[in-house]
Amino acid sequence: MTARMIDKVWTGIFYAVAAAVIGLLIFFFAVVLSKGAGFWQPEFLFGRPSNTQAGGGIGPQLINSFYMLVVTLLLSVPLSLGAGIYLAEYAKQGRIVGFIRLCLETMASLPSIVVGLFGLLAFVTLTGWGYTLLGGALAVTIINLPGLTRICETAILDVPSNIKEGSLALGATRWQTLVKAVLPAAIPQIVTGVILSAGRIFGEAAVFIYTAGLTTPMLRWDADWGSQANPLNVFRPAETLTVHIWKLNSEGIVPDAKLIAAKSAAVLMVAVLLFNLAARLASSLLARYFSGGRRARPGRGERSKAA
Amino acid sequence: MQQMHTKRRNRWLEEYIGRTFAVICGWLIVLITVTMIIFLAVKGIQSFTDSGLSLSDMLLSAQWDPNGTPPKYGALIFIVGSMLVSLGALLISAPIALALAIFMNFIAPKWFVSLLKPVLELLVGIPSVVYGWLGVTILVPLMREWFGGSGFSLLAGIIVLSMMILPTITSIAADALANVPMAYMEASYGLGSTRWQAISRVIVPAAKAGIATGVVFGLARAFGEALAVQMVIGNTIKLPSGLDSPTATLTSVLTMDMANTINGTPWNNALWTLALILLLISFFFIAVIRLVGPRKEG
Repeated sequence: MTARMIDKVWTGIFYAVAAAVIGLLIFFFAVVLSKGAGFWQPEFLFGRPSNTQAGGGIGPQLINSFYMLVVTLLLSVPLSLGAGIYLAEYAKQGRIVGFIRLCLETMASLPSIVVGLFGLLAFVTLTGWGYTLLGGALAVTIINLPGLTRICETAILDVPSNIKEGSLALGATRWQTLVKAVLPAAIPQIVTGVILSAGRIFGEAAVFIYTAGLTTPMLRWDADWGSQANPLNVFRPAETLTVHIWKLNSEGIVPDAKLIAAKSAAVLMVAVLLFNLAARLASSLLARYFSGGRRARPGRGERSKAA
Repeated sequence: MQQMHTKRRNRWLEEYIGRTFAVICGWLIVLITVTMIIFLAVKGIQSFTDSGLSLSDMLLSAQWDPNGTPPKYGALIFIVGSMLVSLGALLISAPIALALAIFMNFIAPKWFVSLLKPVLELLVGIPSVVYGWLGVTILVPLMREWFGGSGFSLLAGIIVLSMMILPTITSIAADALANVPMAYMEASYGLGSTRWQAISRVIVPAAKAGIATGVVFGLARAFGEALAVQMVIGNTIKLPSGLDSPTATLTSVLTMDMANTINGTPWNNALWTLALILLLISFFFIAVIRLVGPRKEG
């Protein structure tokens, strides 16, 4: 074979591989959505699960998953923003930063089951809380922290330095510059990153088995604040949707366990799709808001033309 | 005058508070990491300090029989299982990932790349239990038909994992390839090479370090994945006799047994030792990545 023939053959192979991967994703979605058809019915999405009879829903698990997401983001966004600011702005390059980065790398590469087991030691046993939603949120924050810190750091570093210099030249302090000039410019990137990491928290499972537990108390919205039945109480066990699927597969005794697992998987797939779309939408909207705002009002100088 | 003073003081107070917050967050990362390592190490060595196991029994014996008399806690099956399943996944995944990375950087037209990128993002986004569920509902019955037996097998675990790590390796390899200067490609064309010759003999060797990093990342991810593997691998405590035979991994036995054991018992201690082994192996991967990875900055 001549070199040109070989080149053509390989080009063909590359196209085939790429097409196969796209086909695979389509196949996954087709299987999940067809086997889990009917997942959109309200009585499934918001219904009570049943232990022995067919036809139960996933209401509490869905609530738990979303509530877990909210609590985790409340914990991890400020922390990783702070850490990102520290790494991007304040930390002197050298041994200390090198060590922090090594810790971040270590954290990022820990298997989620190991973090879950650490959560079992620290947030379940040592604190004496037992399996709680808060314990789950703290543990998954550990998983989430390195990625989100990285995103915040890069977003801050990507802000053109003339924005920062301009603010500093006007006599602003570093913190003022950061909050009033740098962060607004970094926000589109940070928001996209947060939404994508939200998708990952939503799909996380191994870490919750030993921190948030495999059960959910009967939830009542009219329950007392301190009661385990109050959905907003963070000190209660909280089985998430992902853990529910896993449990149905390994020890489900409901007669329609397979169908519930399929429908729950479909809910998760749709959630993944929505999180990705939201991230895309947010990044394009925010980018337009921060750059296109100038374009919308003509005659504001050279930059509007350049944009 | 007085007003200006307070204004200035507030400003410095703000700077001070903000800075302190950032520094605390930075150090919190160190604190969490160190605490995790200490906690897991303390729990993990109890097998040797409290329940009197020997390190060699733990690592080299394939007899895991916590209910036997005397109980045995050899972890070899799980270590071998984890290694086989992640290396197998790598064998399938790495070539495909490299092909995708090359395709995206040098061959695909723009519209194809803009189709492929979201596809890879979605593949990353699919939760691991959904991969496990897909394995149980599609792959396992298929295996049962082809090989007989239960269908839960090493091969099922390998295939499920290879799909999960594909996007990870692809994106790191694609970045590595994108960092190769265009001049290399041009020089190669200038010498009369075809595109494939340029890619295979110039570009890929130049990006070797970055590609290797991607591969190790993929391996590390495969090693630590728990639920998807646990759902399809069968979890029988024996060394696999072939690709179609069920076995168990470090993560799968941890997932299943931790809740069934009582804190402080030898069985429980042995499980914590498995967790420590998992931790040490992920340290090993970090060290490898630091060694093979491309030099940063420059």
